[in-house]
Amino acid sequence: MTIWSVIGAGVAGLAVATELAARGAEVQVFDPSGPPGPHGCSWWAGGMLAPWCEFENAEEPVVRLGQEAIGWWADKTQLQRSGTLVVASRRDLPDLRRFARRTEGFREVGAEIAELEPDLHGFTQGLYFEAEAHLNPRKALLDLYNGLLDKGVTFHKKMAPSQLKNAIDCRGLHAREVLHDLRGVKGEMLVIRCPDVSLTRPVRLLHPRMPLYIVPRGDGVYMLGATMIESEDSSRITARSMLELLSAAYALNPAFGEAEVLEIGVDLRPAFPDNLPRIRRLGHTIYANGLYRHGYLLAPALARGVADLALNNTHSEMVDEDRA
Amino acid sequence: MKRFYGTELPNPLMLGTAQYPSPAILEQAFRESGAGVATVSLRREGAGGTGQAFWQMIQDLSVLILPNTAGCHTVNEAITTAHMAREVFDTKWIKLELIGHTDSLQPDVFQLVEAARILTEDGFQVFPYTTEDLIVAERLLDAGCEVLMPWGAPIGSGRGLNNEYALRAMRAEFPDVPLVVDAGIGLPSHAAHAMELGYDAVLLNTAVARAGDPVAMARAMMSAIEAGKLAHDADPIEARDMAEASTPVIGKAFLA
Repeated sequence: MTIWSVIGAGVAGLAVATELAARGAEVQVFDPSGPPGPHGCSWWAGGMLAPWCEFENAEEPVVRLGQEAIGWWADKTQLQRSGTLVVASRRDLPDLRRFARRTEGFREVGAEIAELEPDLHGFTQGLYFEAEAHLNPRKALLDLYNGLLDKGVTFHKKMAPSQLKNAIDCRGLHAREVLHDLRGVKGEMLVIRCPDVSLTRPVRLLHPRMPLYIVPRGDGVYMLGATMIESEDSSRITARSMLELLSAAYALNPAFGEAEVLEIGVDLRPAFPDNLPRIRRLGHTIYANGLYRHGYLLAPALARGVADLALNNTHSEMVDEDRA
Repeated sequence: MKRFYGTELPNPLMLGTAQYPSPAILEQAFRESGAGVATVSLRREGAGGTGQAFWQMIQDLSVLILPNTAGCHTVNEAITTAHMAREVFDTKWIKLELIGHTDSLQPDVFQLVEAARILTEDGFQVFPYTTEDLIVAERLLDAGCEVLMPWGAPIGSGRGLNNEYALRAMRAEFPDVPLVVDAGIGLPSHAAHAMELGYDAVLLNTAVARAGDPVAMARAMMSAIEAGKLAHDADPIEARDMAEASTPVIGKAFLA
């Protein structure tokens, strides 16, 4: 029986391994960094499963394929199905109208904002995407990892050249030496703790330059993200980005001014020129990459596409090159 | 068409490269509109040459590149950014942007003139983003600028030409200087308006990049710019208060 070698234990690799194992294939996973952790960009994600919101600035496949995500994740990790609330400051209301024009699956909310999120102050208009969900990305990675261990999938730090025969390369930006059209898009995020403020669902604050959002992680902890910069320097957050992220939290509720900054995350998202994921088969290796800012949203569809190609030799729409 | 520091532009559309949904859409917007100049922000896209993949893509567009100092608030910042741009893109051109006001992003014209002088002395060819103020314009020319880029309206506001009177005055005052309306364009009609006033080019970014279909909007902008230029060169009629029939009425056969 063929043994599939998945390289990379980020959200792409773990989702692919999970999908292959679920279909009865024999799988082993390789990652020189070991189990999921801060070394991979999946660790720093927001974990929003928000396909309808993403329509604002993403192409149609993201919205359609992203809708698989909620069902796929539901039996693998804990999902919060509390929707997404989108608000704008008074001066940015034209941006809220634009957001509404470009998206679907929401209802307009006014006074209801105070019922949904009593701790949001001064917002009179918003959009509520009730069907959306979010997860805790770190827990989701570890849940996939443990699920694979339970199924007998083995994890290794090194691989022998002979094991490369049926390889599935999910290394993100590290696969760049082969995937020349892959680039890194810098993202910066903060984790803050502020027990004084209680938000129960992801809130997006419209901003002219970046999609700013705050995702509750429970126990007064919030993830605040995320910048999108066409830069491949992943070493540090800039003061400007930190100011903008914290200003957004402060604008949602001034009590965030008292928050503690627990973590600063900076990493690069792997992306192809159209910011859509790709599956490529080159020789004995299948490459699955380019999840961009849609790691958790599109990993299920990517995993399905990889499994279809590997096990049934069928080509999903993500397959853009097949030179087996 | 007037020359910009000795270079003839392929056409009068200068298109920004920020805020597109993806680099693929950016590339298509350039290809399908035929825009001849790409402006690039260095400040946001990482210091120390770290935006290379993105910059390479811009260079592969095979258009003239006009790097800018977007986001700079002081003379020193702008000069550092200009030097970085010269290194990365191997061009003397620099769009000099010095922000003076946080909410309106209005240029700080005092620092602008100073930075323009320093950069010109250093061999740069400066495209200053300025207001419609004629005295500032004169000072910029004195500092060595050979192009002026007055705003139509605040950056990203999409309001069109806020002060048509002043833009007309600037055109009349500097008939031989290449003038570009930079910022504030929201619709193709705004871009056409600038060209009808006799401006030599239009620089825009947000109106295309943040449109629902950036490629279609880039094409619309190019069509409007061509229309406005054709109209200006065709010597349009003057507006008048009363009707002027296009066919003579006197001497018509009396049919009733």
